[in-house]
Amino acid sequence: MARITLSRLAHSYLPNPADEAQFALKEMTHVWRDGGAYALLGASGCGKTTLLNIISGLLRPSQGRVLFGETDVTDLPTEARDIAQVFQFPVVYDTMTVRENLAFPLRNRGKAPGYIAARVAEIAAMIGMEAVLDRKARGLTADAKQKISLGRGMVREDVNAILFDEPLTVIDPHMKWELRTQLKALHRQFGHTMIYVTHDQTEALTFADQVVVMHDGRVVQTGTPEELFEAPAHTFVGYFIGSPGMNLLDARVEGRRAHLRGGTVELGAAYPALEGRVRIGIRPEYVALTEGPGLPVSIRRVEDVGRHRIVRAELSGAPIDIVAEEGERLPAEPRVVFAPEKINVYADDWRVEGEAA
Amino acid sequence: MEKTQNNRAWFLVLPMLVIVAFSAVIPLMTVVNYSVNDTFGRNEFFWAGLEWFDETLRSERLWSALGRNALFSAIILAIEVPLGIFVALHMPKKGFWASFCLVVMALPLLVPFNVVGTIWQIFARTDIGLLGHTLWSLGIDYNYTANPLHAWLTIIVMDVWHWTSLVALLCYAALQSIPEAYYQAAKIDQASRWKVFRYIELPKMKGVLVIAILLRFMDSFMIYTEPFVVTGGGPGNSTTFLSIDLVKMAVGQFDLGPAAAFSIMYFLVILLVSWVFYTVMTNMDKEEGV
Repeated sequence: MARITLSRLAHSYLPNPADEAQFALKEMTHVWRDGGAYALLGASGCGKTTLLNIISGLLRPSQGRVLFGETDVTDLPTEARDIAQVFQFPVVYDTMTVRENLAFPLRNRGKAPGYIAARVAEIAAMIGMEAVLDRKARGLTADAKQKISLGRGMVREDVNAILFDEPLTVIDPHMKWELRTQLKALHRQFGHTMIYVTHDQTEALTFADQVVVMHDGRVVQTGTPEELFEAPAHTFVGYFIGSPGMNLLDARVEGRRAHLRGGTVELGAAYPALEGRVRIGIRPEYVALTEGPGLPVSIRRVEDVGRHRIVRAELSGAPIDIVAEEGERLPAEPRVVFAPEKINVYADDWRVEGEAA
Repeated sequence: MEKTQNNRAWFLVLPMLVIVAFSAVIPLMTVVNYSVNDTFGRNEFFWAGLEWFDETLRSERLWSALGRNALFSAIILAIEVPLGIFVALHMPKKGFWASFCLVVMALPLLVPFNVVGTIWQIFARTDIGLLGHTLWSLGIDYNYTANPLHAWLTIIVMDVWHWTSLVALLCYAALQSIPEAYYQAAKIDQASRWKVFRYIELPKMKGVLVIAILLRFMDSFMIYTEPFVVTGGGPGNSTTFLSIDLVKMAVGQFDLGPAAAFSIMYFLVILLVSWVFYTVMTNMDKEEGV
């Protein structure tokens, strides 16, 4: 087990990239703590899989180094890196039985038969496949096959890290939840470094202690689920995390005040003069409907999502989402107020830290 | 639930049945007719019963041709299948050289059989042939027209040259259909090159290998044109395979009755062996699928 360091890493699929736009992965330096459970979250095509394949050595980065602990492994092939990776679509060895599939990574490393048998039994119990251990893998369903892939990824105890590349895509929702819980338990038990790639925020937030959000080939924020929710470092994080995403409103910020088209709101901190496109971000959870003083909105529609309702409204022509309690009466002339300390300020998509109040 | 019966569908099958009748069934029946009659031409037939079958089954000639043919098929299968797999594994996967290899590999398959025979007949000649003359110049007493072993070697090398591409191309197609993730997973699992072949590539190629083996068996068991052009069945009878023998009997000697009986048994042998092959291979599949 080891800390994984990516140092000034960048990757392009073209042999001679001319400018930054041709890099699938923009230059980054990032440290994955030993024993951390990370989720790598981002929209499809943002470079998550590229990053994962660089860590496992399936891809050689165009520039930069990869370090496991203090060892530079950039030039080591996958086989020499002692890493486990589970892919998006099931990869099983069709002609082998389930048991042989699970034992395969251990056999290839020449482990003792007794140890292999014990380990396979343990993993089979974890993925709930004891009953079918002696069946050929070929005849199984897609989600059973994916469980075998997961099992093969977890069967080794001495790995540097376990990488999951959207592993639960083909698994049905109930099983998804259960497997994620087991992965989490496994992490607590063995303390492997785990990196879990997903585009599903629920998956990311429930699995990881640290969520790494990627956007357009760049890591835009690393933090706990709470940090990502309360203080998104980039408008993409605000929009991508949370359901619905953060409201972003064009504003002119002066000191502790933000002037919107529909009026002025108080901010939780003072801000210096800002360059570029300035917007304030406020979570729908922190927007309250009121009949008293506030900014006038017009309600477009109301979606009932069970625990609460989502009010889709417009504030001087800009869309704004509001989370309203179940049973809360909607005012006839609705106005909104923002919780000042929950407002984030963005200049050209990046969050600006306010000066202490 | 009642199923609607609609027999009009048979009319759609009818044209195909008519074509098959004229192209296969009726000619075959003619052969059957010849095999149980004696004829001296002029459309006069005398019932002979199973006499021709009896005679053919007792004839040394049929059995030795069958033996030679079986040996030939076994040898070329033993060479072409592993060699084809080997070639397929080493062909480039993409880019210019992949297309280049495909075209080069397809060339021998496009050459008409008698031309293949002619090419090798000349190629192996010791006076003007590149191969023959080279061997002769190296001091090897190579002569495919006089030495049965040399005749065999020439024909086997020719067949390997002609048909290994088929096996290789079929395997190549199967290999191309393996998703990259399988190779990546094998690297993660630290599988050796042999294990990648054994557990990923071979299972994927199995389906096409069954087809390739069947095709190569049937074709080699029916081989006629190439050895006929190169050796004419000689020296002596050493490269006289079943087809060559059959043509000698039917056209050379005009023994239509025995030749027809021979044809029918020949046909049944190929049918039987192919059926056994196919059944065994598909059953292996089923057992594994459980």
